[in-house]
Amino acid sequence: MTKAAAAAGPLPVVPFLKIPETGDPYLEGRRCGECGAIYLGERSTCSSCGARDRIQPHKLASTGTLYVYSIVHRSFPGVEVPYVSAVVDLDGGGTIKGNLIHIEPSPEKIQMGMPVEVIFRIAPTKDREGNEYLTYYFQPREM
Amino acid sequence: MSDVYVMGIDMIRFGRYPERSVPQLGAEAALLALDDAGVTIQDVEALFCGNLMQASGMVGQRILQEIGQTGIAVTNSSNACATGATAFREGWTAIKAGLYDLVLVVGVEQLGKAGLLGGRGDGRGIPKEGLLGSGTMPAVFAEAGMEHSRKYGTTFEQFAKVSVKNHHHSVKNSKSMYQKETPLEMVMSAEMIAYPNTKLMCSVNVDGAASAVLASEKKARELGMGRAVRVKASVLTSDPYTERDLVMPDVNTCTRRAAQQAYAMAGVGPGDLDLVELHDCFATAEILHYENLGLCADGEAGKLIDEGETAHGGRIPVNVSGGLLSKGHPLGATGVANIYEVSTHLRGEAGERQVEGARIGLTHVIGLGSACGIHILEKVA
Repeated sequence: MTKAAAAAGPLPVVPFLKIPETGDPYLEGRRCGECGAIYLGERSTCSSCGARDRIQPHKLASTGTLYVYSIVHRSFPGVEVPYVSAVVDLDGGGTIKGNLIHIEPSPEKIQMGMPVEVIFRIAPTKDREGNEYLTYYFQPREM
Repeated sequence: MSDVYVMGIDMIRFGRYPERSVPQLGAEAALLALDDAGVTIQDVEALFCGNLMQASGMVGQRILQEIGQTGIAVTNSSNACATGATAFREGWTAIKAGLYDLVLVVGVEQLGKAGLLGGRGDGRGIPKEGLLGSGTMPAVFAEAGMEHSRKYGTTFEQFAKVSVKNHHHSVKNSKSMYQKETPLEMVMSAEMIAYPNTKLMCSVNVDGAASAVLASEKKARELGMGRAVRVKASVLTSDPYTERDLVMPDVNTCTRRAAQQAYAMAGVGPGDLDLVELHDCFATAEILHYENLGLCADGEAGKLIDEGETAHGGRIPVNVSGGLLSKGHPLGATGVANIYEVSTHLRGEAGERQVEGARIGLTHVIGLGSACGIHILEKVA
């Protein structure tokens, strides 16, 4: 990534976060045309069924449900705690991990199976070159 | 194919040895195992060494530099926390193949106070830890435990009871890092690391080494079968594709498959086991493996711990050594050390913590990423 390109806007925090030139950011997985397995990130062979060259881009939903979580109280220096590490099953397939925000980090408040949505925000940290990153979070979704 | 026998096995006390090197720790365990078998390094035809943190450091050869450079074949293995079991299995495989009659296995690790393991990411862009959830081991195994809670309503208290039990067991194990009682209130009110795992529900980072001498049937008869332990099954699996395993390492499926294969190979079932040493890297993990190993039906692991069935004196004692939670978890040594524990009971030499009349035992380790190693051991004489 050249500095000129970086200056044009935030970089995606992970390769499966897509920032189109126009319109809203979204998450894009890969789906096997043979067995339907969904992946995050590039690949040419399906690790579920072994099919080759049947993997196609697959836009992931921005809604889903909380599968499981942990409330993290001890992390590396500089990481703000506590935070909620969440595994989310997206509607229509695909499972991703991220921070669940806008909820009290308490087992009494967090319900496994609760509806959540994916939101996009500028990450609080920049890289060494000063580039900004766009990241995703989960938040509770009103039904 | 020849059966394979454990003829000698031992471990050093798990702890912190900052003044000593990895090969020195491994050498001490190796000499103990050789003495236990009544053989010398000159009798050994091959060495299988497991170590993770110095995987490129030729640890096996450096151990021989400490105890005798006889020029034998040395294989260094690394397989995350299944490293020790993998090295043991490599030795078993070589004897099964008929290549050797007597081999040495060493598992060794120097972790010191390594702190949080996992979660370091790929170094690209900005750090993801705490931004896209957590990849640290306490959180990963917390989430694996929460899957059990989600399915069966398993409680924080039930997970905590695992730690109470294993710490209690370790009081009678002089080779354990800790030998302290930790009552339930103490476990539950300890510093929360990653809910539902408190600090006392996380395994201890320690230094340690364990070693075994394995022999073919022919060699075992020659040495004398009096204290021999038969390896009834040795199985290694990796994690098959499962729906969520890209973001949630699956320690269940590979364990279930390994258990099925091991029971079939040994011709026994979970009901035949007298004791189990399983991979309690976190208290949450032990609950999962009760079901994965078939010690109870799916959904009944919480009840199993509540009713004390896995405590010493219960129906199926689990981790009477103190487990990784209290004895300690020196990654590459762990899988050999749990074979030491089971073998010691089968030999009737476990002293105060002896499981009376033990004839068959099972050992289990998981290396995240993932690898599962299971061994089933049987008393011979």
